Amino acid sequence: MNIVVCVKNVPFTQEVDLVPDASKLDIRKDSLPYVMNEWDNYAIEEAIQLREKTGGHVTAVTLGKETDEEVLRRCLAMGADEAIRVEPGILNPDAAVTAAMLAAVVKTVPHELVLTGVQSDDFNHGVVGPMMAERLGLPHASVVNGLNPIDGGVEITIELEGGQDESSRVSLPALLSIQTGINEPRYVSIMGIRRAAKKEIKVVQAEDLGLSADDIQPALIIEEMFLPPETEGAEMLQGDAASVAEQIVRIIREKGVSL
Amino acid sequence: MAEIIVIAEHRNGELREITFQMLSKASELAKDQTYDLTVVLLGGNTENMAAQLKDRAARVVAYNDERLQHFDVEYYRDTLAGLITERKPFMVLMGHTPWGMDLAPALAVKTGFPLATDCVDILMESGKPKVIRQIYSGKIFARMAFRNAPSYLITVRGGAFPVSDSCGYQAEIIHASMPSLSAKSRREFLGYQDTSKGEVDITQADLLVSVGRGVGEQENIPNVKQLADLMGGTLSCSRPVVDKKWLPKYHQVGTSGKTVKPKVYLALGISGAFQHVAGISGAGTIIAVNRDKKAPIFRVADYGVTADLLSIVAALKEKVAKK
Repeated sequence: MNIVVCVKNVPFTQEVDLVPDASKLDIRKDSLPYVMNEWDNYAIEEAIQLREKTGGHVTAVTLGKETDEEVLRRCLAMGADEAIRVEPGILNPDAAVTAAMLAAVVKTVPHELVLTGVQSDDFNHGVVGPMMAERLGLPHASVVNGLNPIDGGVEITIELEGGQDESSRVSLPALLSIQTGINEPRYVSIMGIRRAAKKEIKVVQAEDLGLSADDIQPALIIEEMFLPPETEGAEMLQGDAASVAEQIVRIIREKGVSL
Repeated sequence: MAEIIVIAEHRNGELREITFQMLSKASELAKDQTYDLTVVLLGGNTENMAAQLKDRAARVVAYNDERLQHFDVEYYRDTLAGLITERKPFMVLMGHTPWGMDLAPALAVKTGFPLATDCVDILMESGKPKVIRQIYSGKIFARMAFRNAPSYLITVRGGAFPVSDSCGYQAEIIHASMPSLSAKSRREFLGYQDTSKGEVDITQADLLVSVGRGVGEQENIPNVKQLADLMGGTLSCSRPVVDKKWLPKYHQVGTSGKTVKPKVYLALGISGAFQHVAGISGAGTIIAVNRDKKAPIFRVADYGVTADLLSIVAALKEKVAKK
């Protein structure tokens, strides 16, 4: 199966204090490391596992600057066959424009299956996959947490809220947005990434994709980023571990739970 | 009069809570701005659901067709794209749910109208909507505006808007005629499965000892399980622990897992993503332990401890064992 996977390099923000920068249109990113978007890690793993089962070719695609090629190197190290970076140039694409650009590139690569993550860790729009599918004229499903190739298509499970899954059958070619937990992404060694550093990454200029003025017009304009409004918040328990444990036990008993 | 359209969401013939949340917010906007309010129902047999929506909007537009019985993004998209193109509503609200996440982007591309997803608030400024979104896992909020368009598409986060008792409408129910749709969707619905049943029922526990990403290693899980056992509590967890296959899904608290209501919820190394927090809104008291003093869990917890969870687990075990 020929599979294209769209991935994104995002700032790693767990256990980090984030603040808007001076423009208030972005956050301060100068000291943040970048990683592959968590959902995309599962998407690329799923693609590679499918290829291992059925044969075929895995192409990883990202939209980003040269420094974002890191995320493609990681895909290559995991086992992707080929990597393409779309250079946005002076354009500042929002999610809708990103979908237009990625769809235009995917059109040029043979594919039976296109995978994306459900959403990205940074802006959490969750629209790039399904918007690409519409542009490519492909059937699609979001929040996919199970995938099995069958004759002429795939059987999938879709994670719904409230502890239910939906199963569906989708004909190929198709686009699926992959949910975390669908597989166990493989470990990538430093050596693996170093070896992947020698592989060629194809670069495509966004301005050469033949997109119309409408295609590259952002749907949304960020007006301001701000810190979450203050809430009363938790009463913080102070002291060493033993003293904190004592306070926790006291609170639990006060609330009517016998220990 | 400009119109707000809300797309009702249902599963197995029952309206989902998000429908009422959207309609409550929509009726507030409609009354403030003197907009007309329409709720659109697509289903196999919508009669009962339509009746439940009577006081929630000025009209219920119902499409009945067996192809609409279960959510199908292609049929729903084509039906709604026709309706939206014809009525040109000022605003269309959908849920930011697995349904809406499929449907809304498809509609945006098909109609050419701009879409903002996962919104926690909708503001009106000079006759145009603006939205508040939470980005970077809720650590930052963003106010966003739309490019000018005849219609604005918005998906709403579950739980963002409270449900009002009644919106005071007497809806006219309109049975819309079906547009011509393709005979066969390329995505075929097979069925629903329950994924949260298992050996442990976390919804019945008085004390939940819940573990999140901060536990670090799979090897540390039994350690937390021992604490839960010593305290007579039940072990639960947040999504990343299930994603890593460290605990089975029936331990998971949150929108895709279970909604719980223990007397005490002890959250260990759980950052507090909104999907998790939505699952513990019924907890009596929340005590959170996290290394990150800015973790969103501290915004909803009653008590907090900034510490490594393993040190607190060890101290708690000692304390409880000693008694």
